[in-house]
Amino acid sequence: MTVELAVAIALFVGLVAYAVFGGADFGSGFYDLTAGGAARGAQLRTEIDHSIGPVWEANHVWLIYVLVMWWTGFPTAFAAAMSTLILPLLSALLGIVLRGAGFAFRKYSPTLSQARVYGALFAGSSLIAPFFLGTAAGAIASGRVPADGQGDRWSSWLNPTSLLAGMITVACCAFLAGTFLTADATRAGHGPLAAQLRRRTLLVGAVTGVLVLGSLVPITRDARTLAQGLTGRAAPLIITSILGGMAALVLLLTRRPAAARVSAVIAVASVVIGWGAAQYPWMLVDEITIADAAGAPATLRALLLVAALAGVIVIPPLVYLFRLTQTEQWTRD
Amino acid sequence: MVVHDALSFIAAGDPAGLLPARQQMAFTLGWHIILASFGVAFPAMILVAHWRGLMRNDATALVLAQRWAKVSAVLFAIGAVSGTVLSFEMGLLWPGLMGTFGDVLGLPFALEGLSFFVEAIFLGIYLYGWGRMPPRRHLLMVVPMAVAGVVGTFCVISVNAWMNTPAGFRIVGGEVTDVDPWAAMFNPIAGWQFAHMWLAAYMLVGFTIAGVYAVGMLRGRRDAHHRLGFLIPFSFASVAAVIQPVVGHLLGGGLGDRQPAKLAAFELATTTESPSPLRIGGVLVDGEVRGALDIPVLGSLIAQNSFTAPVRGLDTIPLRDQPPVNITHWAFQTMIGIGTLLALAVVVYWALRWWRRRDLLEHTWFLRFCAVSGPLAVVAVESGWIATEVGRQPWVVYGIMRTSEAAGDYPGLWWLLATTVVVYTGLTVGAVFVLRSMSRRWRQGQQDLPSPYGPGSRLPGEGSGREAQ
Repeated sequence: MTVELAVAIALFVGLVAYAVFGGADFGSGFYDLTAGGAARGAQLRTEIDHSIGPVWEANHVWLIYVLVMWWTGFPTAFAAAMSTLILPLLSALLGIVLRGAGFAFRKYSPTLSQARVYGALFAGSSLIAPFFLGTAAGAIASGRVPADGQGDRWSSWLNPTSLLAGMITVACCAFLAGTFLTADATRAGHGPLAAQLRRRTLLVGAVTGVLVLGSLVPITRDARTLAQGLTGRAAPLIITSILGGMAALVLLLTRRPAAARVSAVIAVASVVIGWGAAQYPWMLVDEITIADAAGAPATLRALLLVAALAGVIVIPPLVYLFRLTQTEQWTRD
Repeated sequence: MVVHDALSFIAAGDPAGLLPARQQMAFTLGWHIILASFGVAFPAMILVAHWRGLMRNDATALVLAQRWAKVSAVLFAIGAVSGTVLSFEMGLLWPGLMGTFGDVLGLPFALEGLSFFVEAIFLGIYLYGWGRMPPRRHLLMVVPMAVAGVVGTFCVISVNAWMNTPAGFRIVGGEVTDVDPWAAMFNPIAGWQFAHMWLAAYMLVGFTIAGVYAVGMLRGRRDAHHRLGFLIPFSFASVAAVIQPVVGHLLGGGLGDRQPAKLAAFELATTTESPSPLRIGGVLVDGEVRGALDIPVLGSLIAQNSFTAPVRGLDTIPLRDQPPVNITHWAFQTMIGIGTLLALAVVVYWALRWWRRRDLLEHTWFLRFCAVSGPLAVVAVESGWIATEVGRQPWVVYGIMRTSEAAGDYPGLWWLLATTVVVYTGLTVGAVFVLRSMSRRWRQGQQDLPSPYGPGSRLPGEGSGREAQ
């Protein structure tokens, strides 16, 4: 394996982690938004607080990791994507800012009316951020980001692939979050809440499935290179994703949310990895390959060291944090 | 003066995105640096309070640690998102810089990403670990946070230092070659510049938190809680404030060789004089200094460590390579003035306390001074950043790449700046409201501050009181 491919994989691992864990945090905004009035939604909103509170900042750092690995390892491709996709990326950024601030402010706001405002901000922007990040991914995957960065600032992300990718991203986030929240509520012994979340997650899962399958034809027409990869090299991953999604639905139906969570993660992770595999060897599809976009060799080697350090320094405490949140002491109110 | 500075801001042929991009970067960085300082310095203060609470069985200290942890939850959350804004802006506003030098300057950013990871993970464990972990292990969780803050500061500052003293690459035929990211990271002034900002963070946070408790004491709340809440951050700030002038002086050493235009602007040196005076205040109008107070020889002594060595004058530097002089000069001297004042104040406080057994906390005027010391430290940090950043202009990578070459060519960036100002103003107001309400509820005797929408809020005797406010 070449060193540039190794760095690209290290970058992509971060992207998958962000999609899965950051995505699940974003997706909880959907349930928060649809939880109903202050009294009816109180228990669900508390559950969401409890579920994502300890982890959302750590999960958010995957995005920073992806950005710095990208601009350090593949600077010209990064600059090109940033220049062309400034509008969706700024919109995603606004969502990210308002989500984080809204979440933190709501938790400590003194009155219900203030909590309502911050809550709406948190929940709404939780859906805005993944949508626009999805459109940016769709723009790259459909070959709309030229290597010189002079792509059209509107049509690059206002096109079938981008918009569908944005909607699929939001749906996947909501589906992931639903399985996570159902599992958390079940473990905490909040029976009625778990049942309510289970119903909603099943609905979201069904909608997600329809959306993904329904997008296949338009995306195939719109993004030829990507479609070739999806039906060729990446086909096993796409099949894995479909099976994982179906398994998650079945497990939810049979009231095994903890296992459903794993299936949902597999489903989402394989669709993201499938995207990466489908567009290999391109960094910006049809424009510049991973090898051509790579920065200085000494820097790439240093980045591999950083990735290895991340494995040693970051992953163990992250696992520790995740394990803590699943323990009995952390589950109780 | 106006003409001169305006000219250095906008030169003919600059891309449309340059000026708004610079203002955008300055605004978001200036906002974030305050929160970043809390991320760097606050964990150490929480650690001391928590440690004291556990080891000495000091309930007052433990309450402080618990409350500071909750405050840090709010501050770190908005710090995390405003830091993300900067990550995006590196690419969105400066594609020319990142596209050309991304692989030269990126390594410390990648390592900073790891520090941020560690900080965020242990923050989550620490914040939610109260009452859920063995107390001593819980206390230990602050240590990685504090260490990661230090490492992260070094990494980020090293990139800024690299922009001042570029290293780790060569330019051959217009192409960047021989990239050595480690040499870029450990560039000549990375260490001193890190030390300078690290201490500044402790000053900013220490004086700000101490100021909060000083205000409490001014309002008559003179209990052990306020005393300790004042003394822990004030002690940190005191140590930092006393060391800072030394570190600042060492960082400035050699500036005349590294960046003569910046030094000339700092010192308002229009011509090369031997020995150079220390020029306090004053403005440059039509090439002439007006209203300055000159102290002979001191300029050479401070800037060059010599009785005779001159500060190179602006007249030796082409106009197109000069920074906006007045802004740089005033920002620099504001920083120096406030830093000196704060250092003197803490020396006076501790000297009187140790040798005369007099406690200035009994004196209203000293508490008033402490109340404004936090905002003063903020102004000093902002001024320092303005001095070094504006003083580096027109270069983004000193002597190598002009800021105009780094900017993108977007037409609508003023709209972005306007939106950002609105959003950040909202965030500031929101944070102030939430933090003030937290302190008010603590004073009313509430401890846990449950979410107002939670099921707990409908418990008898709780929900109604909060609704009434």
